[in-house]
Amino acid sequence: MSTPNASGWKPEMTPANEDGLHAKGSWAPETVTGNRALMLEEPLLFEIGRADVTGVDLPEPASDAPNRLGGLDRAEPIGLPGLTEPETVRHYTRLSRQNYGIDLGFFPLGSCTMKHNPRLNEKVARMPGFADVHPFQPRETVQGAFEVINELAHWLITLTGMHGVAMSPKAGAHGELCGILCIRAALEARGDAREVVLVPDSAHGTNPATAAFAGYRVENIPTTEEGRVDLEALKARLGPDVAAVMITNPNTCGLFERDMKKISDAVHEAGGFVYCDGANFNAIVGKVRPGDLGVDAMHINLHKTFSTPHGGGGPGSGPVVLSEALSPFGPLPYTARTADGVVHLVEEESAEAFSKEHFGGVMQSFGRMTAFHGQMGMFTRALTYILSHGADGLKQVAEDAVLNANYILRSMEDLLHAPYAASGPCMHEALFGDKGFGGDLSTLDLAKSLIDEGYHPMTVYFPLVLHGAMLVEPTETESKATLDQFIAAFRSLAERANAGDEAMKQAPYYAPRRRLDETLAARKPKLAWAEPE
Amino acid sequence: MRYLPLTDADRGEMLAKVGASSIDDLFVDVPEEARLDGPIRGLPMHASEMAVEKHMRALSKKNLAAADAPFFLGAGAYRHHVPSSVDTVIQRGEFLTAYTPYQPEIAQGTLQMLFEFQSQVARLYGCAVANASMYDGSTACWEAVAMASRVTRRDRVVLSGALHPHYAEVVKTMAKFTNDEIAGAEPAIQSTPDNAGLISRIDEDTSCVVVQYPDILGRISDLTEIAEAAHAKGALLVVVNTEPVALGAIKAPGEMGADIVVGEGQALGVGLQFGGPYLGLFAVRDPKHVRQMPGRLCGETIDAEGKRGFVLTLSTREQHIRREKATSNICTNSGLCALAFNVHMTLLGEKGLRRLAAENHRLTCIAADRLIKVPGVTVLNDNYFNEFTLMLGQDARDVVHKLAAKSVLGGVSLGRLYPGVDRLREGLLVAVTETTSEDDIEALATALEEVLS
Repeated sequence: MSTPNASGWKPEMTPANEDGLHAKGSWAPETVTGNRALMLEEPLLFEIGRADVTGVDLPEPASDAPNRLGGLDRAEPIGLPGLTEPETVRHYTRLSRQNYGIDLGFFPLGSCTMKHNPRLNEKVARMPGFADVHPFQPRETVQGAFEVINELAHWLITLTGMHGVAMSPKAGAHGELCGILCIRAALEARGDAREVVLVPDSAHGTNPATAAFAGYRVENIPTTEEGRVDLEALKARLGPDVAAVMITNPNTCGLFERDMKKISDAVHEAGGFVYCDGANFNAIVGKVRPGDLGVDAMHINLHKTFSTPHGGGGPGSGPVVLSEALSPFGPLPYTARTADGVVHLVEEESAEAFSKEHFGGVMQSFGRMTAFHGQMGMFTRALTYILSHGADGLKQVAEDAVLNANYILRSMEDLLHAPYAASGPCMHEALFGDKGFGGDLSTLDLAKSLIDEGYHPMTVYFPLVLHGAMLVEPTETESKATLDQFIAAFRSLAERANAGDEAMKQAPYYAPRRRLDETLAARKPKLAWAEPE
Repeated sequence: MRYLPLTDADRGEMLAKVGASSIDDLFVDVPEEARLDGPIRGLPMHASEMAVEKHMRALSKKNLAAADAPFFLGAGAYRHHVPSSVDTVIQRGEFLTAYTPYQPEIAQGTLQMLFEFQSQVARLYGCAVANASMYDGSTACWEAVAMASRVTRRDRVVLSGALHPHYAEVVKTMAKFTNDEIAGAEPAIQSTPDNAGLISRIDEDTSCVVVQYPDILGRISDLTEIAEAAHAKGALLVVVNTEPVALGAIKAPGEMGADIVVGEGQALGVGLQFGGPYLGLFAVRDPKHVRQMPGRLCGETIDAEGKRGFVLTLSTREQHIRREKATSNICTNSGLCALAFNVHMTLLGEKGLRRLAAENHRLTCIAADRLIKVPGVTVLNDNYFNEFTLMLGQDARDVVHKLAAKSVLGGVSLGRLYPGVDRLREGLLVAVTETTSEDDIEALATALEEVLS
């Protein structure tokens, strides 16, 4: 029969099982609407909205109003449906309930640092003096904004033991690009063209993509059986053609690169630079400063370590801390406070004169990476988070994050393949593989089964160096009780996976959707709404 | 510490479980000489919510909020009224604290929203397919240039002189590293853009022509001729739009033959925020170009029970699969800003968007008619949507500061945008939206009369 909801799903009015029972013996009649109490189906905006409805009261244009559009009036219908406010709020509220977020439960997505997002951050970011300020306002009307940038910059530089910071990159990958461009500019400034960037095979995909985007040839460096960068292989490859090495520390196997200083020294000796992927800074903030390990550039994901919300895929923010050797080459604009206490925003127009007056002329920016001045809305949130924690709280953040991850690692290693568990304590994430699963069960099956238990799965199939990788990052904002319950569920699923429990291949059973056909989506891409024919 | 749930007793039990005698045992792999022995010196300790709020409020008070002054700034960032329900929706924890929808079974909220967003952007731009967002308009512009090089296998880029200078700078910065050759210039002070000059620079090596619409000076011109000229030489037309509200009034770039349309979506839902986070929009007119697009794409599919659902798709273009062969290095984009845009556009609908555009244009015409009466002032443009260029007869940078001293945020001087370009120094960009009152316009006119006399 047809159904009032337009999701394309036609509920069957006959019971699903032959005996008239659904799972575990409870009667579960199908519903006319396709809804199941609080699990509500929601059609697309394009199925419920109307072109002649609006949720914003605006005057109807006068027919004799002046028109200075140069004869380019948009005559054809655009095809944008509207909803009134009550319909809009309900539409998105219903959609929101089909999402998993940190507010709802444990979200151990490795490498993403899904920690609690303090609501004070949101309140501060919405203060009119921050939210309702234009990037081109005259300087004398935005000194507070410059001070926020400078205060945050001071914290980032101090926490990392670096010399300078580029604040404008928009997210982690943009920060990587910024760092690599600084390196390229520094090399070019000394007339030293180099072609190769070395990247460990355990790196995030953004690392090789960034280096290639900046015009470099990417070569992989192997990971040892211990789960760390192969120092000897790295040393053997260094030479006059190597511009930089991109190292993630702590690395994606969950380990601290204990040879980091030796790596840096070797790279520097060969005339190259060290880029550190700072995605995992949460494990070491306040415990060790990357600047003390010879790092030349490192991006900091404010949306990871410093709790700005992930927002369903951004916005992020990726300031890049720089060594003394790279600082002069950072992008425009940058902020700096002069002796008179005034905070300056140094843009194209003032860069040269400012450099001469205050930096002895050494500043030779590689240019601009983005319009305006960076993710101000993220700066206010991150600074609020940092001031809330202070130097002592940030150190505790790293310690608790690392303790939580080790607690999971040691609670699981008897049941799951944990090849790097013997390589020392893990940092803020624990890595497991699928070796030992029975039948043809996979990491995906275990991940989908975690969904039924009420958890967001860990990062799966990354890093690439471990078969069926499962990267679990609990963060410091989880209680022991949460971890204990998760471990109980995770252990139960690991046992079932090892036993080859076929039922896991159909999971999830209880999510708003069962497994989705990704092959169909890619083979016949449907990427925008089209009216039914 | 209000954000940290572990108690000392918990920590003790957990250390025992992991076989460590102290927390320092877990950091043994950090070289001892680099390990810090206590909180980093010279930085303050933790603070209460009340204390931090007080500190941040004091900083915010050092800025003049746009709502507190007659306000006329634009140049790529526009102040529009954002309905209250937009912020209500984006603050729902299920949206705010989710991440990239890697697990689609429990991310249908974000995915369906992205599908709606992509559909709205594609329709607004007159294109077939839009992606799930980029960082902002300027980086989307660069990504379009990079994509055009991949599609055409050429590396000469022709930039319109009337492209937002920050966008042009981003393209030039990136081109230095990718060896793309850039042909560009600053805009001429003319009432209409120099399309013939632009067309004359297109040749057989040109990968794309990049044009802004409406352009940086607020001028609007038909792009059909440029599209035809580009296509005749095998080049693509990239159109940049920094004010999506304009497209409620003027023809879509796709209608005029644009191949890639990119832009800044900040004007809808996102707000000014001192320049970020903003929302990069990216769309292609011809579906055959989809596989060369950067960024995430959300597509429709079905689940194991046949129910409609949405997933991220065509990810073999992306860095987490293709690594150094990816179409872009972008990962995190502007998801929550895309939601804000989506909600605001849903509230408007076609009817609301067209009315909003009409109201912007009506007030802008009133502003131009009033400001032209200020002695010594002329309006450069023949046509405009909600922003135009005033010529002041003296250095507009000084005028902006003098207006600010009178608590009038009077516009963006071309001198700030094009430092050192003498012929532009007298230009002032004035933007007017539905948030501008006729009293504001009068306040600007009066202040300008005083400052210029």
